[in-house]
Amino acid sequence: MTQAQAPVLVGAQVQQKRGARRRGPSAPLHIALIAIMVIWAIPAIGLLVASFRTAAATNASGWWTAIAPPYEFTFANYDYVLNRAGFWNSFLNSFVITIPATVLVVMIAAFAAYAFAWMEFPLRNFLFVVVVGLLVVPLQVTLIPVLTLLRDVNLFGNKINGTILAVWLAHTGYGLPFAVYLLRNYFGSLPREVFESASIDGAGPATAFFRLALPMSVPAIASLVIFQFLWVWNDLLVSLVYLGPVPQNHPLSVTLANLTTNFGGNWQFVTAAAFVSMIVPIIVFFSLQRYFVRGITGGAVKG
Amino acid sequence: MDRIISAIAVVVAVPLVLVGYILVVEFIIGRLPKRVAGGIRPWLWLAPALLFLGVFLVYPTIATIFRSFYNQSGKNLIGLDNYAWFFGQDSTLLALRNNVLWVVFLTGFVVGLGLLIAVLVDRVKYEGVVKSIVFLPMAISFVAAGVIWRLVYDIQPTVGTLNAGITATGASPYPFISTAPWNNFALIFVGVWMLTGFAMVILSAGLKGVSVELLEAARVDGANELQVFRRIVLPLLAPTIAVVATTIVIYALKTFDVVYVMTNGNFDTEVIANRMYKELFNNGQQGRSAAIAVVLLIAIIPVMVVNVRRFRQQEAVR
Repeated sequence: MTQAQAPVLVGAQVQQKRGARRRGPSAPLHIALIAIMVIWAIPAIGLLVASFRTAAATNASGWWTAIAPPYEFTFANYDYVLNRAGFWNSFLNSFVITIPATVLVVMIAAFAAYAFAWMEFPLRNFLFVVVVGLLVVPLQVTLIPVLTLLRDVNLFGNKINGTILAVWLAHTGYGLPFAVYLLRNYFGSLPREVFESASIDGAGPATAFFRLALPMSVPAIASLVIFQFLWVWNDLLVSLVYLGPVPQNHPLSVTLANLTTNFGGNWQFVTAAAFVSMIVPIIVFFSLQRYFVRGITGGAVKG
Repeated sequence: MDRIISAIAVVVAVPLVLVGYILVVEFIIGRLPKRVAGGIRPWLWLAPALLFLGVFLVYPTIATIFRSFYNQSGKNLIGLDNYAWFFGQDSTLLALRNNVLWVVFLTGFVVGLGLLIAVLVDRVKYEGVVKSIVFLPMAISFVAAGVIWRLVYDIQPTVGTLNAGITATGASPYPFISTAPWNNFALIFVGVWMLTGFAMVILSAGLKGVSVELLEAARVDGANELQVFRRIVLPLLAPTIAVVATTIVIYALKTFDVVYVMTNGNFDTEVIANRMYKELFNNGQQGRSAAIAVVLLIAIIPVMVVNVRRFRQQEAVR
């Protein structure tokens, strides 16, 4: 119906239509929305303010007293958690774990998704339905056999149990169903003619994949990279289980969880540590929010 | 330092190896007769993914189901004893009850609030600001969210934001974390804070897809805003709401991080996933732990069936 009407809707009429959507802003509406913003923002603001307060101030009064003069903020808590509580090491570990785990998933998923979208083979639909089913399998179900497997397997004589390699591999396995699902749906929505004419011009599947499918799918790949990055960065369970108790390899999530459970009373340190773990996701979120939202609303939903 | 070097090596080497793999595969397939090539090619493109899915998801799921019928050492078959244990303990049944609370209330609040916010922000100019603020918690970890909310719920009025407010009115501070069963709702609200943005973003996108002409027509016919919402917007959004709700149900069933960080299951806040972790690592009970994981899997199977069915319908429309 919009096809026929679209040319008529020009200028002022379009304005009027947009206005129609924004109907009835009134005081209760604004109050409700401001209340929501306050409820959502205050806990995080509290954390941020508390992380810059001195130990004496933290013991004496709540974080909200710090937003009025005299301002007595300090970086000492960050200095402590980064340099003495092992968070700098964990910060690096988080990158070391997250980046390869993201690269692996995206590439392996892209090959599989391309096969699912543009190649004919028996069991294609069945296998893809299996992928859709695996989307929601709780990873708790896989912990015991994978732990046993990692304990028994040697790689060139080296144990991989408790290493970062084990976490890379595990995250790749766990991230794949979502990645294959997202990319296959995007590849499948690309125009068939492009691939047909490339094939007529003599381009093989590899050329079509690297020169056509990948460049045309940058938005979907960007969404996937962000999702997988945040998912691995924020993950607690996989690292907790496969890295074991040795702190040397722990990422931020595990170190923070240990700090909170063992060190609960020292709010100035715990809050600074929590903020250290949040800073990268927040930067990623604000700089790439557009792709993040597009990935979510693309109908691709991870369980 | 060598960790960083190996990570950089991996980031460079892995793409080279994988791209090389495809190029080698295509080079070899290119020499084969066309009919044979078409038959093998898809499987070689799928091979790395199938290997990972097989090793880390399919095989372990099946192995866990078998493991759950064996005893602690894994040597003796004991039938359903691990399940009998699970359904015969007050503490595990409590975990099950708490997961039901999580499923009902996390899903209810997240979908309800997400829909409410999506509808409300659609009518104001500062839509983007509200959305960003509500959406931000989605980016951080449940562990960090746990710290943020422990600071809110703390019993000391000089630390806990909520109790500072309560004591300011003259009342005595309320132990949010340790008062069963209400503490479960304190934890669930952390999940609500985290996930409402997700629901809001999807529902808001769905809402933008509802035709303005349709809404105007209803209003011209004399429908008030509530009727427009209930009779037009809600039915049109129903499939989107279903997608969001199933996703949140999965989150609720798998809940681990928030409970692990905030209470570790103390004060009657235990959930299945945390109990499973405890049986595995604290009690060394692999058989029982496997049985708990299978219970979790069984609880999720209905959602899996719904997802597969929905996927099939979408494919039929394609």
